Amino acid sequence: MKTENLTLKDLYFKFRDPEAMKNFANLIKKEAKNLKEPMRVMEICGGHTHTIMKYGIKQLLPENIEFIHGPGCPVCVMPKERIDHAIELAKQEGVILATLGDMIRVPGSKGSLAKVRAEGADVRPLHSTLDVLKIAKENPDKKVVFFAIGFETTTPMTAALMEKAFKEGIKNIYYHINHVLTPPPVKSIMGSGEARINTFIGPSHVSVITGAKVYQFLVNNYNTPVVVAGFEPVDVMESILMLVRQKLNNEPKIEIQYKRAATWDGNVLAQKMIDKYMDVRDTFRWRGLGDIPKSALKLRDEYSEFDAEKIFADILPKEPIDDHKLCICGKILKGLAKPTDCKAFGKACTPSSPLGSCMVSDEGACNAYYRYAR
Amino acid sequence: MCLAIPSKVLSIDENNVAEVDTLGVKRAVSLDLIQEEVKPGDYVLIHVGYAMGKIDEKEALESIEVYKMLADAAMKDDFAIDPERLVSEDGPLLYKPEEDEKK
Repeated sequence: MKTENLTLKDLYFKFRDPEAMKNFANLIKKEAKNLKEPMRVMEICGGHTHTIMKYGIKQLLPENIEFIHGPGCPVCVMPKERIDHAIELAKQEGVILATLGDMIRVPGSKGSLAKVRAEGADVRPLHSTLDVLKIAKENPDKKVVFFAIGFETTTPMTAALMEKAFKEGIKNIYYHINHVLTPPPVKSIMGSGEARINTFIGPSHVSVITGAKVYQFLVNNYNTPVVVAGFEPVDVMESILMLVRQKLNNEPKIEIQYKRAATWDGNVLAQKMIDKYMDVRDTFRWRGLGDIPKSALKLRDEYSEFDAEKIFADILPKEPIDDHKLCICGKILKGLAKPTDCKAFGKACTPSSPLGSCMVSDEGACNAYYRYAR
Repeated sequence: MCLAIPSKVLSIDENNVAEVDTLGVKRAVSLDLIQEEVKPGDYVLIHVGYAMGKIDEKEALESIEVYKMLADAAMKDDFAIDPERLVSEDGPLLYKPEEDEKK
C-alpha cells in the first residue's frame, strides 16, 4: 500500500474540494429518494450554519432535506442584561475589560463595548486568552476583568488561564464567566415537544473537547441519528449522506465523520481543567430560549474572591431584558419558522442593529440568511 | 466562535509553548491543554491561543482517500453512453442528439 504524507494545505483544501462536493451531492440525491419522511436536520453549531450558507449547501441538496439552524452561537444566546454587565464593568474606574473579539460589537440594552470604548473605557479585544496575563502584569494597579464567553470549545482556555495566573501569583484578574453548555439547549428544544427535528449534525470542536458521547440522549430519548461533523463543506456533505443512510436503515446512532479530530471521550485533560475551576449553575437565561436549568457554568465557590459577578455585584444590572416582541428567534431554533418568515427580518432587524439573538453574530441563522441568502 | 485552525507544529520550547505555522502565518500557542504527545511536524487545532486537539493524520488521509475513490468512480461512470442518464428528473441535463434528428 502506498504511503502519502499529509500536508497542511490538504487539511484545508481537500475538505473544500468542489469535485468531492459534487460527488456527495449526487450520492445524496440518489439515496435520499428512498427516505420515508423529509429529513429535518438541525446543525447544532453556528459554525456549521455559516458553512451551510456560505457554500450554498442547501442548494446542493434535494428538497426533502431541510436545515433547522441550532442555538450554538455563544454571542447570540447571551441575554442583553449580561452584555450590559460587560458594559458596566468596562465603565468602572480602574478596570480593564478583556474579552474575545466576537463580543465587542454585540449590542446590549444601551450600546455595545465598542461604543463605551469609543467613549474612553479601556476595553481590550483578545485573540488569545493568554494575553490577559500580559495585560494584568503590565497594569498591576488595575483590575483586569476577563469577560469569558463561549461553549465547551472555549471554556478550557479560561480554566487554563486561571491555572497559569494562580501559578504565577497574579492576583488582579477577575473572571466574569458566561460559559454555556451544548446539550441542555438541545434538550430544551427537543423537550418542548413541538420541535420538527429528526436528525442532528453534531458540533466539530465542542465535540473535540466533550467527546461524541454527550449526544447519546438524542439517540436514547428521541431516536434521532447524530453525526459529529467537521466544519469544512465536504465534511458537512459526507455527514448528510451518513444521516440519510442512518435514516434509511432505521438504526439511529452516534457516528463521527470528523474522525481526524473528534473522539468518543474527547479531551479528558481539558474536561478535568474545567471541572477544577468551574461548577454548573442551577439555571441560566438564554436569549431566544429563556431559562434552561443546568445549562451554564460559574466559578467554583473557592475562587469567589476572583469572581467578577460577586466582587462587582453592586453595579451589575439584574433585571432580565427581553428581546423585541416581533422577534421569532425561539421559533426558528425549534424549526417552526425560517428567518424570512419574520416581519422584522432585513428591515427593522439587521446585523448592524439586531432586534433578536439570531441576527447578532455571523453564526446566527438570521445573520447568515441576511449575508448569503437574501 | 468555535472555529479552530489546523496548524503545523514547528518547535516546542521549555514552557510547553509551540511555534506553529498556519498556512504561512507563524504564532505561539500553549500546549497545556493537549493530552497526547506532540512533536514538531505534528498537526494541531488551535483556538484562542491554545492547541485544543491533535489531528490524526491517518484518519485525515483516509478521508481524503475516500473522496478520491468517489471521484474515480464518478469519472468511470460515463454519462455520454448511457441514454437513461441524459435526462435528469428536472429536465434534459445533457445534449440529446436524437431530438435534433427528429426535427
